[in-house]
Amino acid sequence: MSPIDAHAAITRAHHEEWARVVASLAKRFGDLDIAEEAAAEAFATAVERWPADGVPPNPGAWLTTTANRKAIDRIRRENKRTDKHREALMLTDDAPPEPLGAIDDDRLRLIFTCCHPALAMEARMALTLRLVGGLTVPEIARGFLVQESAIGQRITRAKGKIAAAGIPYRVPSTSDLPARITGVLAVLFLVFNEGYLATGPDTDPVRADLTAEAIRLTRLIRELLPDDGEVAGLLALMLLTEARRPARVSAEGELVPLAEQDRGAWDAALIEEGHRLVRERLDSGAAPGRYQLLAAINAVHTDARDARDTDWSQVVALYDQLVRLDPSPIVALNRAIAVAELDGADVALAIIDRFGDALHGYHAFHATRAELLRRLERREESHAAYDRAIALAGNTAETAYLSRRRDELG
Amino acid sequence: MQYLVSVIHDKSNSGTAEEARAIDEFNDRLRAGGHWVFAAGLADPSTSTVIDSRGEEPVFTDGPFIESKEHMAGFWIIDAPDLDVALELMADGSKACNRRLEVRPILVK
Repeated sequence: MSPIDAHAAITRAHHEEWARVVASLAKRFGDLDIAEEAAAEAFATAVERWPADGVPPNPGAWLTTTANRKAIDRIRRENKRTDKHREALMLTDDAPPEPLGAIDDDRLRLIFTCCHPALAMEARMALTLRLVGGLTVPEIARGFLVQESAIGQRITRAKGKIAAAGIPYRVPSTSDLPARITGVLAVLFLVFNEGYLATGPDTDPVRADLTAEAIRLTRLIRELLPDDGEVAGLLALMLLTEARRPARVSAEGELVPLAEQDRGAWDAALIEEGHRLVRERLDSGAAPGRYQLLAAINAVHTDARDARDTDWSQVVALYDQLVRLDPSPIVALNRAIAVAELDGADVALAIIDRFGDALHGYHAFHATRAELLRRLERREESHAAYDRAIALAGNTAETAYLSRRRDELG
Repeated sequence: MQYLVSVIHDKSNSGTAEEARAIDEFNDRLRAGGHWVFAAGLADPSTSTVIDSRGEEPVFTDGPFIESKEHMAGFWIIDAPDLDVALELMADGSKACNRRLEVRPILVK
């Protein structure tokens, strides 16, 4: 076995087995700190041993066994306080199976624990990326442009609250599941969006590592909850969005709007998979939720060979459904963009100006206004709206695009 | 585990008869489920006194230790196996007393 093969096997095992190893240890020892550190030690041991000894036939089992031993060593070392419960767990793992939640999977318990509603959203994101995704603290800090120490503290505090407040390590009951899965999906969608439209003056406009991680974790959730329509919807939404990534930023570092993107550069395999998921949801006949509708809208966009071929009436109809579920000003704004294509810029402008107060601080509102005013040849107002949008936009590629558009007005 | 549940409010003794009835019913449920430890309403914070006996002579100061718009108007101490159970129970508690609540774990020895 060459060291390169062993290395590839470790990388693969890290992707596929990390969450499983952490989750099974968390269940056995009831302590996220021990689970995480023992899992990290097991992978470090693999890095030492696999290149010399060869990759074990069942890497997951090898990692779990090794991590279990590491955890026991650690508990013995730290055994200052007598902890009978933990001692018992160390000796034997034949505890009677707990009553099953809606789904019995250690990884799912781990995800629901990390995304518990009693934790701050930022803590949920950091904890999910660390414990479920296996990202290191520096990787997470890079992803969110936050100091490593801040991410470290966020994770430590969240783990502390889980232990001290008695946040349970379990899958919610069937009746709580829909409400709780919504929170999990919100965390994953935030991670994805932070990757897709990264904020900050010194950052890449797109963080492919974060979008890839969000997709990977959503695939995991889908594997665990295959019948949940919104899980499928979110995965489809992410895939159809991610598919456009290669065409989204120009060589000059400018954001390229959907209508001007080179559709040949879109990832056909991701689009195909996204469309398949959207069709599967349509065929189910169940009423679609928010993510399914957003995925369907993206399916219409990615279905058109050319921007001019876009079925705008279909897009508006889907937005109409979405407005009924989520009457927020942001949804109304996005709907208006589609309305502009169907009924004209003046109609769209009248719609969005109704939401001026609510969206005053949102860059996309001013950017949309600027484009609509431009089409209506109201140059000065358009210029002012671009100025406002540029001042509020946090994404470098977007700022570059808006600046060029404004300067073209003369 | 035990949790201290504080009732957050900006007025004192403002409970209505209807709220009192709802709280009684809720407390009966807590007792029936084995979650009840103790509960009480508190007098206005202006009636409290702060004591500092860390020096040679105890010093008594009029008023609460912190001035804020909102204060703790009452509390429950409940017993629940974990936070999910505590939160689910006290979501109903908040409805019954018609106030916001803070759920805080009591340190386990």
